[in-house]
Amino acid sequence: MSRVTRFAGRDPGPVARVGGFIAHLRENGLRFGVAEAELALTALTHVRAAHADENRLALKAVCTGCKDEAERFDDLFDAYWLNGGRVKRKVTPTLSRRMNRDVHSSRPAATGSSAGSGTPDAPGDQGGETAGQGTGKLIASDVTNRMRKDLRELVTPAEIEEATHVAERLGAAMRDRRSRRRKAAQRGSWLHFRKLIRLSLATGGEPVVLPRKARPDRSRRIIALCDVSGSMSVYSKVYLAFLAGLMRADARADAYLFHTRLVRITEALRDKDALRALARMSLMADGFAGGSRIGASVADFAKGPARRIVDGRTVVLILSDGYDTEPPEILSEALARLRKRGSSVIWLNPLKGWESYAPTAQSMRAALPYLDLFRAANTLADLAKLEGDLARI
Amino acid sequence: MDWSELQHRMAQQGYVAADDLSVALHLALSLQRPILLEGAAGVGKTEVAKVLADVLETRLIRLQCYEGLDAAQAIYEWNYQRQLLSIRAAAGSGETGSQIEDRLFTEEFLLERPLLAAIRQEKSPVLLIDEIDRADEEFEAYLLEVLADFQITVPELGTITAVTRPVVILTSNGTRDLSDALRRRCLYTYVEYPDAVAETEILRNRLPKVEAHLAAQIIGFVRKLREEELEKTPGVAEMLDFAAALMGLGVADLTNDPAVLQNTLTTLLKTQSDQAAITTEVAQRLAGRAA
Repeated sequence: MSRVTRFAGRDPGPVARVGGFIAHLRENGLRFGVAEAELALTALTHVRAAHADENRLALKAVCTGCKDEAERFDDLFDAYWLNGGRVKRKVTPTLSRRMNRDVHSSRPAATGSSAGSGTPDAPGDQGGETAGQGTGKLIASDVTNRMRKDLRELVTPAEIEEATHVAERLGAAMRDRRSRRRKAAQRGSWLHFRKLIRLSLATGGEPVVLPRKARPDRSRRIIALCDVSGSMSVYSKVYLAFLAGLMRADARADAYLFHTRLVRITEALRDKDALRALARMSLMADGFAGGSRIGASVADFAKGPARRIVDGRTVVLILSDGYDTEPPEILSEALARLRKRGSSVIWLNPLKGWESYAPTAQSMRAALPYLDLFRAANTLADLAKLEGDLARI
Repeated sequence: MDWSELQHRMAQQGYVAADDLSVALHLALSLQRPILLEGAAGVGKTEVAKVLADVLETRLIRLQCYEGLDAAQAIYEWNYQRQLLSIRAAAGSGETGSQIEDRLFTEEFLLERPLLAAIRQEKSPVLLIDEIDRADEEFEAYLLEVLADFQITVPELGTITAVTRPVVILTSNGTRDLSDALRRRCLYTYVEYPDAVAETEILRNRLPKVEAHLAAQIIGFVRKLREEELEKTPGVAEMLDFAAALMGLGVADLTNDPAVLQNTLTTLLKTQSDQAAITTEVAQRLAGRAA
C-alpha cells in the first residue's frame, strides 16, 4: 500500500513541498500560474491538514480545470505525496483512458492505473506504455526521411501568385458566418433602442430617426494542416502553393505541415519574397516525403496550438490522403477534440478525385463522422471550385 | 462551517453531495472563488445552486446562457418605453434638454438583469450561470471581467461595484470547450452520476415513502438502464420521476406487472429510438437483474 512520502530532512517545509507538488503537476501538463499556486496554499488552510483525503480533494478542486485533469489528478497526487520514495512519475494518458472520456458512467473512471501508483516505481517501469508512442510498431514508412528536399523545385512563384487568388476567394467564401448578436447597422430588422432614445432627446421625444441593428458578419479564421508525407508528394506542390497563397491573402490564417511530426510554417510562408519563403520552409520541413503519422500530428495540434487559436469561428482545413501509420482511434479522437472546440473541419483528399475511390483507409473512415466537408482537390482549379461548398458550411 | 457540515446541511435540504463536491463548494465559499461544475446532463449540477442558496438562506439568481446572449439580457437594459414616455411628458413641462437627460439615465429607468442584480444584493446571493458552454466566446470573455472584479460599468451611471460578493456557480455540459482563462479563475469539480448508495440515499431523501425493497429495485433498474446504449441516459431527476410515477400507480414490485413498468418508462426514456430499444422483454430482463 501507499505510504506517505518521506521528504528529506533538509526540506524547507510544507510551503516548499506544495510548491514542489505544483511543479510536479506542471511537469505533467496541468497548466496554472503563480496565482493558482497561491490559491492552492490558501485552500489547504481551509481543510483539516491531518486528513490526507481532505487535502487531496481541496487541491483537486483548485488545481484541475477539466475532466481530463480531474481524472489524472489522483494518480499525480499519489505519485508525489504517497510514494515510499520521492519518484516523479510521468503519467502518460493511455489510449483506453482517453477513450473513456465520453462515457458517462456511474463508476469512477478507470481505476486500473491508480491501483499500482503507490509502489515506488523506477522510471523504466512504464517503458511498455511510453514506447507505444511510435517506436513500438515500426514499419517502413514510419521512418522520418532525413533527406532535405528543396521545395523551390516543387513550386514556382507564378503558381504562388495564382494560388493567392484562389485562396483569397476561398477565404472570402468562408468568411460569412453571421453572429447571433446584433450591432448597430445601417439596415436591419431590429430597432436600436439605446440609440433611438438618445436621438429622440433632440426632437423632444419624437423618434424621428430610427436607428437599426443587424447581425454582423464575422470573419472566420482558416487553419490549414497539410500532409507532406511520401504518399502525398505528388500533390504537395499544389497544396504548398495554396498554403503560400493563403498566408498572403489572409493575415489571420495559420498553416502547419505534418509528416511524422507537426511543424508550424506560417511565419516562413509570410516572407515577402515567395522563393525565400519556400527556402525557409524547406529548412523546417525536415522529413518531407517521409512517413505519415496523421493521427499523432492532428492530436498534437488539437492538444497544443488548437487550445489557443481554435474556436467557434475557425475552419480547420486538413489536406491529406488519409494513409496513416497509426491506429485510427488517435485520429478520430483528435478530430472529436477539434469539433468540440466548435470549429468546422474540412478534409481535402487528393485521392477522392479518382474514379471509384472509396474512403477505405482505416483512418479516413474513422475521420468521416467528424468532417463538415470531404472533397477532392488535386489541382488549383479543383480548389477554386470549392468556393460554393465552403460558403455553405 | 467546515465541509462535512456543509455536506450535512445540504443533505437536510435534500441534496446528497459527494465528498469532492462538498470540499470544492466549501472552498468556493471560504476562498470566495467561482466554481465550475461539469458533468453529464441530469447529474444534478443546477440543483447544487438551488440547494446551496437554501442552505445559506439567500437568494438564488439564475442566468441561463444561450448562443447570442448579450449585455442587454445578462447585465442591464434601459427601460426604453418608460424613457420615451418620460421624454414626451417632460416636453410639455418645459424642462431643459440636459435636465431630461440627467433624469432619463438614472436608476429609475434601469432594468436589472441577473449579473447586475447579483452584485447589488445586500446579502451575498448565489449566482447560477447555467450552461455557460452555450454562450459564445464574447460572453465568456465579458464574464471573466465580471468574475475578476465584481464590478460592472454602465456608461451613463458609472461603475457599480459589488456590495457583497456573490457565490458564483457555473455549470457546463461540455457542448463546447471553455477557455483556459475561464477555467483558471474557477475551482473545478466534475460531477459524476452518484454511486448506488448515494443514489438510494437521494431517493429516500426525496421520496421517504418508497419502501426499501422497491427503492433498491428502482435504483438497480435505472443503473442497469444507464449501461444500455441509449441516446439520452436517464439522470437523477428522471430516476426520481420514475419512482414518483411508480408510487403514484401503487406499484410494489417492478417485476409484477410488465405493462405498468413499460408505461412508466416514459419518465426515463426521452427519445423515440430509446423507447423502441427498450422493449417489454428488455425492461423485464433489466428489472429481473436489478432485483
